[in-house]
Amino acid sequence: MTEAAKTVTPEQQLDLYRYMLLDRIVEETMTKLFRQNKIVGGLYSSLGQEAISVGTTYALEQRDWIAPMIRNIGGLLVKGVRPRDIFTQHMARYTSPTLGKDGTSHFGDLKNLHIVSPISMLGDLIPVMTGVAMAGRYLGQNIVTLTWIGDGGTSTGAFHEGLNLAAQQRASLVLVIENNQWAYSTPVSRQVPIEHLADRAKAYGCRAFIVDGNDVEAVFTTAREAVRLCRAGQGPVVIEAKTMRMRGHAQHDPAEYVPKEMFDYWKQRDPIESYERKLVAAGVLTGKIKKEILDAINAVIEEDRAFAENSPFPPPELAETPVYHEGPLPIEPQWKRPVAEVTPPRSSVKSEWNVSGDGDFQADAIEPATSKSPGDAAASVGARHGVPHKSAADPLKNATPKRNGAGRASAKRASKPAVRSRGRK
Amino acid sequence: MAQTTLLEAIRQALFEEMERDPAVVCIGEDIGVYGGAFKVTAGLLERFGWERVIDTPISETAIIGAACGMSYLGLRPVCELQFVDFIACCFNQLTNFVAKSFYLWGAPVPMVVRAPSGGGVHGGPFHSQNPEMYFAHTPGLKVVYPSTPYDAKGLMKSAIRDNNPVLFFEHKALYRRIKDEIPESEYTVPLGKAAMRREGRDLTIATYAAMTHTSLEAAAELAKEGIEVEVLDLRTIQPLDTDAILDSVKKTNRLLIVHEDTRFGGVAGEIAAVVFENAFDDLDAPVRRVTSLDTPVPYSPPLEERFLPQVYDIVAAARELARY
Ligand SMILES: Cc1ncc(C[n+]2csc(CCOP(=O)(O)OP(=O)(O)O)c2C)c(N)n1
Ligand SMILES: [Mg+2]
Repeated sequence: MTEAAKTVTPEQQLDLYRYMLLDRIVEETMTKLFRQNKIVGGLYSSLGQEAISVGTTYALEQRDWIAPMIRNIGGLLVKGVRPRDIFTQHMARYTSPTLGKDGTSHFGDLKNLHIVSPISMLGDLIPVMTGVAMAGRYLGQNIVTLTWIGDGGTSTGAFHEGLNLAAQQRASLVLVIENNQWAYSTPVSRQVPIEHLADRAKAYGCRAFIVDGNDVEAVFTTAREAVRLCRAGQGPVVIEAKTMRMRGHAQHDPAEYVPKEMFDYWKQRDPIESYERKLVAAGVLTGKIKKEILDAINAVIEEDRAFAENSPFPPPELAETPVYHEGPLPIEPQWKRPVAEVTPPRSSVKSEWNVSGDGDFQADAIEPATSKSPGDAAASVGARHGVPHKSAADPLKNATPKRNGAGRASAKRASKPAVRSRGRK
Repeated sequence: MAQTTLLEAIRQALFEEMERDPAVVCIGEDIGVYGGAFKVTAGLLERFGWERVIDTPISETAIIGAACGMSYLGLRPVCELQFVDFIACCFNQLTNFVAKSFYLWGAPVPMVVRAPSGGGVHGGPFHSQNPEMYFAHTPGLKVVYPSTPYDAKGLMKSAIRDNNPVLFFEHKALYRRIKDEIPESEYTVPLGKAAMRREGRDLTIATYAAMTHTSLEAAAELAKEGIEVEVLDLRTIQPLDTDAILDSVKKTNRLLIVHEDTRFGGVAGEIAAVVFENAFDDLDAPVRRVTSLDTPVPYSPPLEERFLPQVYDIVAAARELARY
């Protein structure tokens, strides 16, 4: 990335700080509510990971789409969800976005905020958000879709099918892998035999960045670059954010299986505290500004918490509402390109493949893992995570095969059959 | 009016709906240049282009997931699964993501999943199944299973225009075997309405898909013995036209349910329960079922013949019921 691409204005800095703080206070409030038995079911925490949800979502525009996982309340807040919706969801109240039919961050908004509701099954959002991106391109909307997956979730079939389809389609999907070292009780090293989950991207021929997930500016500027690439038709982009889950899997889990030193190590790298120090040193954040921010947050939290606590549970008969939709769709297709482009006669094409090469190759001249996405080589972002990882790298760059002449060229040709008309530039 | 196969009828429906509405796109494996494993989508790519006829990797989960995502922006994707047996690979996307979307957070999923299904062509255990009940059992999904070209075309149009996810089963043994005269003018067939294929006074056979034709053959034989059978073609499993079933049972007082799906948990059990709950007093005999065996679909022709309900199975069961 160029220096310009790394620039963050003081206004943006304060926004990033404010949203991380809001996220943390919303979740702390829910922890208190949980201890008072006011949360229905489990409660997940994104403590220590706030920079990832906030920094990535902050790189989007209003027209773009997100789909949250369990630790992405920060993303919802940046997208414009009010804390009251998060409280009422977790408290199963009638006033919640799903009226009490589902909990946690399982809610969406097709019309205004552009949020797709997740389901619990890990990985399933990846193909869905690929589809949203494909439809956005088809309609000419030039939107980007963003979703997250944990280190554990990268082992699901849906992750692989989804990322492959996204890459094959060049879908404008930003996929953020939150590598928080643990999947429930299992460490990353027992989930996958590779060091960097971003390395998965090169097998699918898409770009990847590795970033320090506790450095909100690094996350934001990397995501902004990923969004730019997607908007330019060079998606999808994978971002692996290295971080640490600072609580158990959920409230019920004391996480005794995590070595104490690991918590100690990451406690020094709290994303909010370290950012606060940085902004104070830069003169962007003063005691006065901090107080204003906190007062504003606490006022909203107080009002929304009270609203949620005073909200009724849904009437039992609500369970019987229909599972089928009668009436018009909530959103009709919003065409941002001439429909004539996709209707006959202009849509008509010659129905044949344009396959380049005959599949010829020279086995001894090929190195494995040579998939490479078209276009410019991706920029790499140095991660400043602390666990003993090697220096961060652009996996695509690592994967570039040796330039050893004809063998490589023909192998590359054989591995990438081209379609004559993909229907887009 | 021309004689049209069931396969061609479905192709016409896709063609006409894509012509009518640019929100309709097709997505699946080998559906573009090749025109689909059974050629149902032949010619669509040529007319509607690469953006609307989307060849995918072999990734059923990704196909269903992507279609669901497309539908959130108002598109009406029609997915093809190469054989319905592969629907097991995207069970989660269909039953957990697609089916629950509207109820849980008010996001309808107007998509169609069409797939060749059914046995009788010696496709073996992985290319012959009838997995409709997994999905009919899932609240939020609709399940259509036509038996005639006229219905297939009209139901496909309704399915595409429906604002809910519809699974559309296409019996591969009927694709080219069954021909109809199809009107040139526009028509649709509503989901959730059964069709009376043959009237009779002695007993009702409730059935659907390929077994409609097997049942009609049986009815013709039974007529020679003086047993007049009524054959009701359900056409859609979800929603189920219980009114039509009950009306017929009230008239004939005897019910035989025939399906190609396996027995345990097949729709016959559901229909029997509906009849017991609502028309017990109208029954002059126990409800009977003729179904496939509770085994995988075996490959070798004599095994598959034994597995599938045959005309003589239906005749025997109907005879017994009529005499009861
Ligand atoms: C397909 C699937 N299998 C199992 C689970 C149960 N489960 C929920 S979260 C979780 C651990 C996820 O770990 P990771 O993906 O690293 O995310 P993190 O919790 O660390 O944010 C498991 C096993 C699930 N939700 N989905
Ligand atoms: Mg994890």
